[in-house]
Amino acid sequence: MNVPFQHAGASQHLMIVDCDIHPAYRTPADLHPFLPARWREHMTTFGEHLRQGLSGQLAWPRMMAAGMRLDAFPEAGPPGSDLELMRRQHLDANGVEYGMLMQLSRGGMEERNLDFAAALSRAVNDWQLEEWVKPEPRLRAGIVVPQEDAAFAVSEIERRANDPAFVQILISPRASDPLGHRRYWPIYEAAQRCRRPIALHVQGYSGGHASTGSGWPTYYMQEHYATTTGMQNTVTSLVFEGVFERFPDLKVVLIEGGFTWVPSLCWRMDKHWQRMRKETPDLKRPPSEYVRDHCWFTTQPIEEPEVPAHLADVISWLGWDRVMFSTDYPHWDFDHPQQAFKFELSEEQKRKVFRDNAKALYGLT
Amino acid sequence: MKVPFAGAIDCDLHPLMPSATALLPYLDEYWRDQLVNRHIDRYSFVLTSYPPYSPLSARPDWRQTSGLPAGDIDAIRRHALDPFGTRLAICNVLHGAVALFNEDMAAALCAAVNDWTAKELLDREPRLRASILLPAHNPALALREIERLAPDRRFVQVLLLAMGEMLLGRRTYWPIYAAAEKHGLAIGIHAGSTYHHAPTPSGWPAHRVEDYVAQSAAFESQLLSFLTEGVFQKFPALKLVLIESGVTWLPTLLWRTNKTWRGVRTEVPWIDRPPAELLREHVRLTLQPLDVPRGDPQWFARVLDHVGSDRMLLFSTDYPHWHFDGEDVLPDGLTDDTLRRFMIDNPLETYPRLRDGTVAHHAVLRDNASASQEHVR
Amino acid sequence: MSRQVVARASEVVPGTSKIVTVKGRDIGIFNIDGSYFALANRCPHAGGPLCSGRIVPLAMSDGPGHYRLARHQEFLRCPWHGWEFDIRTGQSWCDPHSTRARQFAVTIESGAELVKGPYVAETFTVSVEEDYLVIELAG
Repeated sequence: MNVPFQHAGASQHLMIVDCDIHPAYRTPADLHPFLPARWREHMTTFGEHLRQGLSGQLAWPRMMAAGMRLDAFPEAGPPGSDLELMRRQHLDANGVEYGMLMQLSRGGMEERNLDFAAALSRAVNDWQLEEWVKPEPRLRAGIVVPQEDAAFAVSEIERRANDPAFVQILISPRASDPLGHRRYWPIYEAAQRCRRPIALHVQGYSGGHASTGSGWPTYYMQEHYATTTGMQNTVTSLVFEGVFERFPDLKVVLIEGGFTWVPSLCWRMDKHWQRMRKETPDLKRPPSEYVRDHCWFTTQPIEEPEVPAHLADVISWLGWDRVMFSTDYPHWDFDHPQQAFKFELSEEQKRKVFRDNAKALYGLT
Repeated sequence: MKVPFAGAIDCDLHPLMPSATALLPYLDEYWRDQLVNRHIDRYSFVLTSYPPYSPLSARPDWRQTSGLPAGDIDAIRRHALDPFGTRLAICNVLHGAVALFNEDMAAALCAAVNDWTAKELLDREPRLRASILLPAHNPALALREIERLAPDRRFVQVLLLAMGEMLLGRRTYWPIYAAAEKHGLAIGIHAGSTYHHAPTPSGWPAHRVEDYVAQSAAFESQLLSFLTEGVFQKFPALKLVLIESGVTWLPTLLWRTNKTWRGVRTEVPWIDRPPAELLREHVRLTLQPLDVPRGDPQWFARVLDHVGSDRMLLFSTDYPHWHFDGEDVLPDGLTDDTLRRFMIDNPLETYPRLRDGTVAHHAVLRDNASASQEHVR
Repeated sequence: MSRQVVARASEVVPGTSKIVTVKGRDIGIFNIDGSYFALANRCPHAGGPLCSGRIVPLAMSDGPGHYRLARHQEFLRCPWHGWEFDIRTGQSWCDPHSTRARQFAVTIESGAELVKGPYVAETFTVSVEEDYLVIELAG
């Protein structure tokens, strides 16, 4: 049974912050105005150079219409490509005060040609600004950068640093090395300096490794879950490589990777860190403390335990200030703000999860 | 807390591995010749996952004077069996032969390890049982090894590693599961990696502690593989035991698979029941290490509540790996009934061969005097 | 109880559906082999527009690697999360006991009978020559 989100007696909906919205290109040519001629031609002639066998499609086909809500298709273009529909169907309908854009494709994060990756990164950031944030003041962009080219990534971050339209820095958690690796540290240093969180949204594109430590899944049902185990590995790397010790003001948001695994992983990291301490002398505190101080987690796809209140157990350990609501509009496994939680939240918990945690993290008023 | 009554069944114990020299008598002349002339017999076949001097690999009081982990038969009795009142213990010999690319060599060495286990451990200590070490990367050879050893009912399980060539639910491995089901052997997946892939989807972590932490994610991936590939439908009597996994990651997987299944069911239509139900029925997990916050027993109780079953957990010491001190092998705050489940009932239900009234007729040496003379160092 | 005429029977042929609004409530009407069923256009999972989902068969299996379809055109896939609902009963296939779409009684009636009353037909002029779909609603 669903517990009504709107408290009986409340005069209006709580305005929410949606921490995961996916805009889309109507066609790949949407990026052309933002690409230099050389790269326009490259895109047409050679296209993206990714680490996968099929061109323009994933090797685990999605279930619903290419992974989208069936009712989110505009007249022309894929779901997420029509601002009018997004406004009507989501921003207006669901009381979204601020929405964080997650543009995952053709931004260079997974592109093997690093020169092309740089051009894509610039283009996708310009595209977010012109096509989405400027016409729709509720939306905020993320600085999409190719993490494998740290020098360029830093330059792009610095280029956007003074623009409040960009509230965070997007890199892939499925990179070519675990994200704690020191070759990514210049990016964290820039993020800390520019006071933007690092946003890690789960990625379907490989950075060069199988999606599990024992090879490739067979079914989409497995691949869907592999994003969660991948996030666990990413957190582990950031902690144990000392990223949070070295960059004490760094904030990291983990998006669409689930969050109910966080307590268990923290307990596991603490236990084995304690035993193996001599291996990582630069860590001054238990791993769980770093996670609680530096990491935020978005809610979608929210778990639906057989006993809904079990979810509250997990969040109570994690902290009600660490969890931020997200819809993942317009994907198929989208969470509706009024239906996502199947147990009653207190007014304070609602405000935190649906609005205040994100506002505080992103500096929104 | 300590074990409150005797009779426990320890579902994960690591004897000291035989040296390559000790295995020579168990190999045929071709492989003896290969090992000796190529100097392969000078290697210890230790898995990268368990560097011998690493703190995790052995508790200080469970080490030899050399510093290497203990685990000969006398140490097993003194350290692992007697203090816990253990009635039966399952030996998991994690020999590195499984990481060799040469399938024939791997199979020959696995067979030698298994024969050594039968003679040097099972014959000498009636409380011991064992897992059949398998060269999983060649399912036909693995099958041959199962058929060879199945008549010795002191082998109660087949042993696979958590990170190998492919996810273990895949149809390539089904001959192994068919044979295991036929012979009443459990499928044991143990922490550890052959490192034939990077341990994470974004590559190779810098530290050993990270690789060890990553094992829990590996178990999740394997479990999901068994579930989605329909192994439990194809082999309905099979039990899957996850050994040394950490345990508390389980609720997330149960919740998520139940939910995802409802939307993706048509991709895997042989899953005809909620995944959590299937998993509760077919999957077991050994208790050590247990990933809970120190000194906060309420969390284990809550996790157990989230799991929704008290049938899934199996007592283990994971001797000689260092996961607890003294005899503090059990989580606090459990009733005797629950403890009896973990320590006795669940293991018996999981491993049909443990219920045998008699053991296979092999010579049993129970000469404590000679055993103590043999104990060197 | 009120009886609302919501559509001509000819508007909902076998294997199709139509969403009608009755007293402010969206209801989907389905025709399975000549029998009519009505479900609230609101998925019990997360409130999505259930009845605008695809009408699908039920994928079944005799074991891993075997696939077959049964009960063609008898199931509804929610357009949001893809959960499957039995049009005949409103039950979620995966969770039949706890997850169920609200059902309404729907009958086919001839215009000739209907004109004898009582009924509500907000958008129809009932003709004695046609058949109509009638939903019963409380109140």
